[in-house]
Amino acid sequence: MKKIRAIVITGNGTNCETEAAHACRLGGFDEAVIAHIAEILSGEVRLDDFHFLNLTGGFLDGDDLGSAKAQANRLKHAGVTGTGEKLVEQFTRFIGAGKLILGVCNGFQLMVKMGMLPGFDGDFLTQRTTLTFNDCGRFQDRWVYLKADAASPSVFTAGIEQGIYLPMRHGEGKFLCDSPATLERIEREHLAVLKYSGPDYEAATMEFPLNPNGAQNAIAGLCDPTGRLMGLMPHPEAFVHYTQHPRWTREELPEEGDGLKLYRNAAEYVRKNLV
Amino acid sequence: MAHRIEVALKGSVRDARGERIKREIEHFLHLAADEVRTIDVYTVDAALTPEELQQAAAGPFSDPVIQEWSIDRPLAAGFDFAVEVGFRPGVTDNVGRTAREAVEYLTGRPFAAGEGVYYSVQYLLKGAFEVADVEQIATGLLCNTLIQRYSVLSAADFMAKRGFAPTAPKVQAEAKAEVREIDLNVSDDELLHISKEGVLALTLEEMRIIQAHYRDTQVVAERATVGLGANPTDVELECLAQTWSEHCKHKIFSGTVQYEDEEGNKQEIKSLFKSFIQRTTRDVRAKLGDKDFCLSVFKDNAGVIKFNDQQSLVFKVETHNSPSALDPYGGALTGIVGVNRDPFGTGQGAKLIFNTDVFCFADPFYAKPLPARLLHPRRIYEGVVEGVEHGGNKSGIPTVNGSLVFDERFAGKPLVFCGTAGIMPREINGQPSHEKSIKPGDLIVMTGGRIGKDGIHGATFSSEELNENSPVTAVQIGDPITQKRMFDFLIRARDKALYRFITDNGAGGLSSSVGEMAGECGGCRMDLAKAPLKYPGLNPWEIIISEAQERMSLAVPPERIDEFLTMATRFGVEATVLGEFTDNGVFHILYDDRTVAWLPMAFMHEGLPPLQLPAKWEPPRHAEPAVEIKGDYSGDLAALLGALNICSKESVVRRYDHEVQGGSVVKPFSGVANDGPSDAAVVRPILESFEGVVTAHGICPRYSDIDTYHMTANAIDEALRNYVAVGGSLDLVAGLDNFCWCDPVLSEKTPDGPYKMAQLVRSNQALYDICMAYNLPLISGKDSMKNDFYDGSTKISIPPTLLFSVIGKIEDARTAVTMDVKRPGDIVYLLGKTGDELGGSEYFALKGAIGNKVPLVDTGRAYRRYQAYHQAVTRRLVASCHDLSDGGLAVAAAESAFAGGYGMSLELSRVLWKGDMAGKSDATLLFSESASRHLVTVHPERREEFENVMSGNCFASIGVVTPEPVLAIVGLNGAAVVRAGLAELKEAWQKTLREL
Repeated sequence: MKKIRAIVITGNGTNCETEAAHACRLGGFDEAVIAHIAEILSGEVRLDDFHFLNLTGGFLDGDDLGSAKAQANRLKHAGVTGTGEKLVEQFTRFIGAGKLILGVCNGFQLMVKMGMLPGFDGDFLTQRTTLTFNDCGRFQDRWVYLKADAASPSVFTAGIEQGIYLPMRHGEGKFLCDSPATLERIEREHLAVLKYSGPDYEAATMEFPLNPNGAQNAIAGLCDPTGRLMGLMPHPEAFVHYTQHPRWTREELPEEGDGLKLYRNAAEYVRKNLV
Repeated sequence: MAHRIEVALKGSVRDARGERIKREIEHFLHLAADEVRTIDVYTVDAALTPEELQQAAAGPFSDPVIQEWSIDRPLAAGFDFAVEVGFRPGVTDNVGRTAREAVEYLTGRPFAAGEGVYYSVQYLLKGAFEVADVEQIATGLLCNTLIQRYSVLSAADFMAKRGFAPTAPKVQAEAKAEVREIDLNVSDDELLHISKEGVLALTLEEMRIIQAHYRDTQVVAERATVGLGANPTDVELECLAQTWSEHCKHKIFSGTVQYEDEEGNKQEIKSLFKSFIQRTTRDVRAKLGDKDFCLSVFKDNAGVIKFNDQQSLVFKVETHNSPSALDPYGGALTGIVGVNRDPFGTGQGAKLIFNTDVFCFADPFYAKPLPARLLHPRRIYEGVVEGVEHGGNKSGIPTVNGSLVFDERFAGKPLVFCGTAGIMPREINGQPSHEKSIKPGDLIVMTGGRIGKDGIHGATFSSEELNENSPVTAVQIGDPITQKRMFDFLIRARDKALYRFITDNGAGGLSSSVGEMAGECGGCRMDLAKAPLKYPGLNPWEIIISEAQERMSLAVPPERIDEFLTMATRFGVEATVLGEFTDNGVFHILYDDRTVAWLPMAFMHEGLPPLQLPAKWEPPRHAEPAVEIKGDYSGDLAALLGALNICSKESVVRRYDHEVQGGSVVKPFSGVANDGPSDAAVVRPILESFEGVVTAHGICPRYSDIDTYHMTANAIDEALRNYVAVGGSLDLVAGLDNFCWCDPVLSEKTPDGPYKMAQLVRSNQALYDICMAYNLPLISGKDSMKNDFYDGSTKISIPPTLLFSVIGKIEDARTAVTMDVKRPGDIVYLLGKTGDELGGSEYFALKGAIGNKVPLVDTGRAYRRYQAYHQAVTRRLVASCHDLSDGGLAVAAAESAFAGGYGMSLELSRVLWKGDMAGKSDATLLFSESASRHLVTVHPERREEFENVMSGNCFASIGVVTPEPVLAIVGLNGAAVVRAGLAELKEAWQKTLREL
């Protein structure tokens, strides 16, 4: 059987590469390579050799120009040594080949600011939405309940009936759209995969701290119309085992954490469709 | 010419930053503000075309969804005053640096020398302000004038001048590279003047030793061979001042103490460090025999112990008090990213796995006048909290454990303790990872940030009390991203064996790092003209002692240098060869071809005789308050829960990422609503394994008012009992000591030096006694000995404070225990005995008293009980466990109950008592802070097995967990003495700091 391969990009302030790679391996990927952006820009590592790209959490360039802004600029303009191509071309080729991308936290901010999401009509380079400072004005580390949209095309959340419980850890996670039309289309096409909710996963909520940042329509996660590209503010890679749950010493929990489902779904999709 | 790119939020978008400033104006300055909005300003001083400027503004500098931009045209409208705040020349400007890199990617052209991008923020204030109000807002809130500059324009002036003119805060300096010689053939007064004037912090005796060295004819002859005269150069004098500073040399801990106790017994102690700290470790290791787990102690930047057969743990805790007093944000940020470099620069280099923080502040609600130079405690609180937040979060290292301690005397100097642990393979490339060496001929390489005037005299200024003339240059601002890039590169270089030795550039800069490295092989030759500078105009002495951040010094074998430098370039990290290591016994510094310093290594490192320190212990006597007898202590309990030292710190802790890296097992908060205060942290550093690292700490400066011996004993016990509570193993646990003292050296300024020195001796005595009893080797530590403020009239000395941190192991993290009660019907046990020990307690503090009966630690009984309890944890017999500390049994019971969401019914008559029965009362049983106690709950079906495991130890069942959300405690006479709803207790505990 052919190997399925995941890549996690790190460097310039990415912090969650180790646990993201761990989650990929637990989820069923034969290989999860942590590649420094320098190794990609030098041509040593090529995105083309992988099936699943992880853009994960951290503070790219310190979020100095707004979260992930500097990296979005770098990816758009930097060239890959010895190939004559810009890095952004490797990205569009990767998307064009029907492969999977998951952006978590800073990675989600990056996808949104590059325009990879919501990716209307196959346009992955026009920014229509953003993630900005939490209404509470501060970085927050707390766990949140995320109601899943069962009708969403997202490959990653397939089979999640009600919702999942994950930690969020960010200062800039408030989701906003450039226009009511964008928001309306996101909702109509069920692209708002995950929304902040109460513990029963019944209804989306704007109430702090359940909704920790004041996101429009309580949107915590977004996918493109193909479902192969997805981003979310909370951290699925940080809940793959019960010992990561804040109340594991007092609740009966299954061995696997809620976040692992996203990586299992990715691995299954790759095995079925891409090898 | 420079251009201003302004970026503003679109009118409809909420300005969270502006709202926060508005709240602070109202809260801190008691001024009414209608609205505050903010604009980001990028001053671009570079040759860009108009199209390129537009691309930068529309691209990386702004977010099209929420922002609008302009070039050389003000966006501000609808305000009464505008205040613009930017950095002073030469201060680290992280946003400016990132903006510059973004423009370089955009144009494909690197900036030319002297070009740059500078960041500032424009605050638009709306409200009925006077000019003086706006000045107060600018200097009191928006701008720290030490590192930032500001300008104010009224709306009318703004219109007339068409906004602010572009300002590029370039360092205006000419390339000079001057070296001065200093004539030491002068009077004693003159010698002291030279030291004071130059912020050298050298005493008259030390100046005389240097004077004598330069009068030595052999020294003069040798100097002549390298072209130097008989007088020291400024480079030499500065290097000696750094190397001999209290900060670097620990002169108090290595001095000779004449100690006299309260009975007149006299004792000479040669070096507290050797006599107590090193001896503790040596004797504990000998006692442990083949169970010794220490790998590298005291000799490296951090201590190293075994984790398992494949991995080692590294841990260091540092303080950054003086810089945090001047610039709380920058000082604390530098504190955390600075201590990160210690474990990273230990052995061959470690991957960093967690941070810990402990802050000691004065009351943030302090409402009395303060001396002019001191910042308000609330501002220090805000700045420090935010600095550590940015440093820790951006570096991707979880902050897993910490505390906030309050005492009015910390207004004189706040204490900012930052710790970092790392992990490294036991062997790297076939060599033990905790060892490293340098060979003559290896190249001196500096990596990371560039050198500027920031942090000059940091080491020497923190070796003096804070005063009105403390130097501005001592402050630095950290840059976590430059450091992260460097670490990403170096950890990969480590695995390819591209260097032989690594160390941190901290206090004293290159003079310390390369000075110490040269000690490894016996000399060095370094050319300061090769050092990369942030801007021209630095003199050689400034280059060698600058404490500019984010730099590591390495020894690279010549045959690996090409690969090292190529890889550095690829990872975007600056690396520069500055010279080579030698074995000729000389610290030899050049600037181009000219020798600017020639110091024999022996003189530099061993030329200083020990300080002579008198110490006399006279136990203080405080009024002994009568303990109030009442029928109901519920009100006292609620007041204690709301006390600053006990109340919830959630508003701070939630701002720290405690889960990045994915290994968090016991988090800072436990319980049904994720908000109960955990005793210690458990982390899995290797995600494929269930072996856990446990860390905890103890700190109780209040007890120093009675006796520092017991302050220390209780701090160590508190650290270990927190560690034990969550399930830490007693077979693999080590300690770190961080002493923060007020100046204990007898002088005109410090007439009570002998008492403060005696306090230090007694603290060290306890350190040895308790660590020996608990089998706790000390693996690293630090002392900060000048935590006083003195402006000529007011002196504020901090209470002597020991932070004791522990790091150890839990074999299976899945057996860890948290502090929240788990279910009704569980039996409540109190492990350990309670005595009449309210001296220095939070309860007495609430009543405005100190008392005398400080808790005494009975290490023999406690250690056996901790061992038995650990057996119970390993066998999974314990449902919850909470340590008893500030506020005693009543506070611990309330916290466990409201964290778990179930009530507790307790009987004080069942609590085991020790000592004089006369002192036994409901109040002492509820609030005494007797050491070594745990409150444990056990499911009824585990009762027998638990009691068997614990048999032979002092413990008693004192009640039961109840379904009603009420804490009910019955007193000695059978009537209720506490009865309070959990919601009400929790609210009392949470409300104090909720809004901060």
